[in-house]
Amino acid sequence: MAIKGLRETVKKALDKHNNDKSLLVDILQDVQATIGYLPKAALVETGKQLGVPISRVYSVATFFKAFSLTKRGRHLINVCMGTACHVRGAVKVLEQIEQELKIKRGGTTRDLKFTLETVNCVGACALGPMVIIGEDYHGEMTPEGIISVLKQYN
Amino acid sequence: MVKLTINGRKIQAEEGTTILYAARDNNIFIPTLCENEAVSPYGACRLCLVQIKTARGRERLVTSCIYLVEEGLTVETNTERIRKIRGVLLELLLARCPDSEVIQEMAAKEGITITRFYKRKGNNKCILCANCARTCEEVVGVSAISLANRGVDRELTTPFGDDFSEACIGCGSCAYSCPTGAITLIDRGSKRTIKWPHNRMEFKLQKCSVCGNYWAPEKQIAYIAKTSGTKLSEYVACPDCRD
Ligand code: SF4
Ligand code: FES
Ligand code: FES
Repeated sequence: MAIKGLRETVKKALDKHNNDKSLLVDILQDVQATIGYLPKAALVETGKQLGVPISRVYSVATFFKAFSLTKRGRHLINVCMGTACHVRGAVKVLEQIEQELKIKRGGTTRDLKFTLETVNCVGACALGPMVIIGEDYHGEMTPEGIISVLKQYN
Repeated sequence: MVKLTINGRKIQAEEGTTILYAARDNNIFIPTLCENEAVSPYGACRLCLVQIKTARGRERLVTSCIYLVEEGLTVETNTERIRKIRGVLLELLLARCPDSEVIQEMAAKEGITITRFYKRKGNNKCILCANCARTCEEVVGVSAISLANRGVDRELTTPFGDDFSEACIGCGSCAYSCPTGAITLIDRGSKRTIKWPHNRMEFKLQKCSVCGNYWAPEKQIAYIAKTSGTKLSEYVACPDCRD
């Protein structure tokens, strides 16, 4: 993203929150929603415009799991690793996805299609193992089943 | 004035004082690691744990560097229970920072020389107390470093983990405030090197126009000139050579 666009993106987020330093998390959320992730330049720009030290912006941005400092795929895959899903075979499902997409958890595919992450319990234990892709919940996943599910996304 | 009892001794302390400072003022020793008078209380190491009983009879364990004195409070600083917990804390710290002489010495004083926990590898003495970052923010005023990430990945770092922090003026207050010796500062010739647990940065030192000694980082001098509204030209000579 060109620096000019970046400056405006950040400014818009700041305006929306009245330049309130205590709303740094909300501001970063808006910036991320526009760009898709939080590149270094965006964090630096946010710090500068808001008058918050870069070290603090970095600290906050790395603390919350909802923020990503690296590019993310179009579809976010969350494999549930909670206790119930775990005993129902989530590890096998995760390994299958890792193999299929050639990425490790936390990673993003080269074509920026998928980002793979894990969560601990999404509250649908009876349907485990759960795999959430974007907004879609896929229950009772198996290593075989997940392959055809992944094919539904482009 | 607030009246309270520490280890059976009746003492008085000003309102708003922490138990730790009230104890210190009365020559009662409580071990501490992360406490630092220059910055606001934070309570990271938990070694200053004490047992309290409020005037209404409620008993609990609190960190004395944060907890404020209360009327009628009864405090015990060295019971069997506290010694046991403190021992475990020291073992955990020993496992986290096996190379820190400060922690080794503290543990030895409590009779602990080995830890049952898995020892961390690598020469990292950081206990994540953030004394350095808080000193940098509250005392120096530049906030060049901070804690980042969370859980087991938490670390003290420069922004983005670079070997560079734009805000850092190279003053070395972080190294000075670190209780475990996790940050080092070395001046060699015209160069100062600050090593944080995971990053490092180099600074050019300014040479005194009179004696020729290198006396402070150029960045720090520029910062002092800026914040004090004085001219840079006033700093060509070191403090010893100025009249
Ligand atoms: S480097 Fe030292 S002062 Fe900074 S967080 Fe680690 S132990 Fe505390
Ligand atoms: S453990 Fe996966 S939904 Fe509860
Ligand atoms: S001295 Fe109180 S928690 Fe470290």
